[in-house]
Amino acid sequence: MLTILFDGVAYGMLLFVLACGLAVTLGLMNFVNLAHGAFAMAGGYVTAVLMNRYGVPFLLTLPLAFLVPAVLGLALERTLYSRVYGRSHLDQVLFSIGLVFMAIAAVDYTMGSQQQLIRLPSWLQGRVEVLGIQVGLYRSFIILVCGILVVALQLVLTRTRFGSRLRAAVDDPRVARGLGINVSVIFAATFAVGSGLAGLGGALGAEILGLDPTFPLKFMIYFLIVVTVGGTTSITGPFLASLLLGVADVAGKYYVPSFGAFVIYTLMIVVLVVRPQGLFARAR
Amino acid sequence: MGKGDPMASHTVDTIAAALHRKGRWNVGEILFWVAAVASLFLLPERHLILNEIAIIGLFAVSLDLILGYAGIVSLGHAAFFGMGAYVAGLIAKHVVGDPLVGLLAAAAAAALLGFLTSFLVLRGADLTRLMVTLGIALVLGEIANQASWLTGGADGLQGVSMTPILGLFEFDIFGTTAYAYSLAVLFILFVMARRLVVSPFGLSLRAIRDNGLRARAIGVPVHRRLIAIYTVAAAYAGIAGALLAQTTQFVSLDVLAFHRSADVLLVLVIGGVGYLYGGLVGAVVFKILQDILSGLTPQYWQFWIGLVLVILVLAGRERLTDRVRGLWVRSAIRRRGGADAVPTAPVREA
Amino acid sequence: MTPALETMRLQKRFGGLTATDDVSFRLEKGARHALIGPNGAGKTTFINLLTGVLPPTAGRILLEGVDVTRLRPELRVRRGLARTFQINQLFPAVTPLETLGLAVSERMGGGRDWWRVVGSRREIVDEIVEVARRFRLLDVLDERTANLAYGKQRLLEIAVAFACRPRVLLLDEPAAGVPEAERHELLDTVAALPRDVSVLLIEHDMDLVFSFADRISVLVNGALFTEGTVQEVSSDPRVRAVYLGESVNG
Repeated sequence: MLTILFDGVAYGMLLFVLACGLAVTLGLMNFVNLAHGAFAMAGGYVTAVLMNRYGVPFLLTLPLAFLVPAVLGLALERTLYSRVYGRSHLDQVLFSIGLVFMAIAAVDYTMGSQQQLIRLPSWLQGRVEVLGIQVGLYRSFIILVCGILVVALQLVLTRTRFGSRLRAAVDDPRVARGLGINVSVIFAATFAVGSGLAGLGGALGAEILGLDPTFPLKFMIYFLIVVTVGGTTSITGPFLASLLLGVADVAGKYYVPSFGAFVIYTLMIVVLVVRPQGLFARAR
Repeated sequence: MGKGDPMASHTVDTIAAALHRKGRWNVGEILFWVAAVASLFLLPERHLILNEIAIIGLFAVSLDLILGYAGIVSLGHAAFFGMGAYVAGLIAKHVVGDPLVGLLAAAAAAALLGFLTSFLVLRGADLTRLMVTLGIALVLGEIANQASWLTGGADGLQGVSMTPILGLFEFDIFGTTAYAYSLAVLFILFVMARRLVVSPFGLSLRAIRDNGLRARAIGVPVHRRLIAIYTVAAAYAGIAGALLAQTTQFVSLDVLAFHRSADVLLVLVIGGVGYLYGGLVGAVVFKILQDILSGLTPQYWQFWIGLVLVILVLAGRERLTDRVRGLWVRSAIRRRGGADAVPTAPVREA
Repeated sequence: MTPALETMRLQKRFGGLTATDDVSFRLEKGARHALIGPNGAGKTTFINLLTGVLPPTAGRILLEGVDVTRLRPELRVRRGLARTFQINQLFPAVTPLETLGLAVSERMGGGRDWWRVVGSRREIVDEIVEVARRFRLLDVLDERTANLAYGKQRLLEIAVAFACRPRVLLLDEPAAGVPEAERHELLDTVAALPRDVSVLLIEHDMDLVFSFADRISVLVNGALFTEGTVQEVSSDPRVRAVYLGESVNG
């Protein structure tokens, strides 16, 4: 049972890294970016291609799995997304769905529709026994890496000037602008980092979550759940929500396999009905 | 200056007449339906695709009722479409093959689902709604997948055989009966929807969409109206799904897939939101586009659809659809400029 | 005599902030009552409490003697309480004709009617025309609300509330933002409101207050500071100090 908990935590932390960019984008720009999963997919494919075609070691691909989607995100944000910021939610939804469709079809065309298999380095394979629990090495690695990322994010947000500017801009962009904060730069940087993190998450998660062109749509609902249950006004909200979701999903699929998927959806609906602003969000 | 004053009653008459005119059909509309019926006779080799257009059109009109008239953005409208399809298919397979019975059952089931879920959907703001509608469609899709003993699961529901409509018209392989059937159903439902949107009820919906706070302040029972229209829209979508099941005699899991909700959204947006004909116009354009683009790159048609969406949004979809809407200038549902233009900044209630 | 509108120790707290502080207020039948106070005194909050948009923390609200404290906003409208908003809350894409038509239809029970065209009931059209005439909107009935001049929009704002045939009408700064040239029309129509409607007017514009009101209540920091006839209040030195001494946009 503790193994399940452990696996669930790993899964949850992975979800967090994947989804935190979306949370910040939504909180910051009030933009519903359903295409967020496409950046995750991009990162995953970077790692897969580098490893399978060019024999690059797993760890070395990770920085690129971050950078390539980050650059892609930056480019798209400056050219396309920024034009759609002030629009209605319907327009944003349509726009991001359009992007997702394009991304999926493009990847399908160039890479084929089969699952991308990533062979983990041998030192990450297998399990060890720690305090009587079966602990997967890879999942431990994920927890470690994601944990570091979470701490780093929290430090950046609370201890750096960029972080406080970001928080100001999330709270009230107009006032922030009035204080001389360059909000567009913050938007661009945040979007890039968020996309990069998603890409990193996609690469890390490829072995656990699977990787094929339908990834963005398959997992879109998960990201959205994290964001809506966790709220968009802090990092801790989505973090806790991701953990909750990860554990619930793994536990659900283990204990009641035929209803595994329902657990998540029902949980989401229940939470949204009871607290529409999310479980952890501060009341605005 | 009282009511007996001839001047006063002249003004009242003028205004009453003006209001009445808005309810009347204009030339453009009549031509549209004449063309639709004519296509039944003039394009015999196209009946199968025309049938699809009619079904998608009905589905899109049902979405327009909640999106264009009540302002509810739904990413899971396929839930009702799929519900209707499966119910109609199951009725035909296990109970009775009469199409009209299946249609009624599908409408009732979808309406019930719409009614029950409306309470969930109407809580919270835009984003929450998106999530909840998406979630409901996904739950239904998962149920259909799991309950393969009932739905046929990934293989689809087979053995759906229909008896002749009204005992007279048998479904043929050319799709003639199918198209006539779908077109007739579409027309009847459309006329009803059209009456609805020009009625006081429809007006109250537009008011709710434009400024819910104000609507409440003049006594409109906002919540109840929204539940009502959501239920009606669900029933319409269910009937569209039933038509698909009955005319193709097959139901697959695809009817509940996300892309179906996304596609119908696209269809409606292409044709224009909020004037009821948008769904029909969009259906025609969508199918033609699909035909052309599938010829170019058969498997990657999703790419072009995505591109169309992106361009549509970037170019400002209201400006594009306003031109189309200009054709219906004297139509009852006259709204220049689109619902998203908000110059006097009313407070939108979440 | 039962007052048209009454509050009993009405209170509204937002966390640590008390926006409405123990307000016991009476609006007599047929009154022309003004509510004044410095910015931030809580006048609009008070209106929101009266109409049910905000739930009170404590206290009661009685509409013609009936306790409506727990009643939903749209039901209070049915009982005869209507309001206007400080910033126009209208339907931009809809015409004044349709706006008034909606208010009248809802009142006459035709709101649920989904089969008949708006305007097929004669009595509704009669009502619309009468209200439009009273508020000088006959010539702009068929234009999109968003395209109207601000003064006309303001008139429509009041007209729509009036079309609900309220017994109590709450006007939240009706003259706010109306250009000088269009004020006259506005002030005339407000002055010409029938006497069977009890009116509570929130205003900064002292001209309007003095020409329109019989009684004035002064709200300061959410509490009723003082109350009396126009004479009494305008000559009260404390009121002058608190409020009239501030610069007022006339």
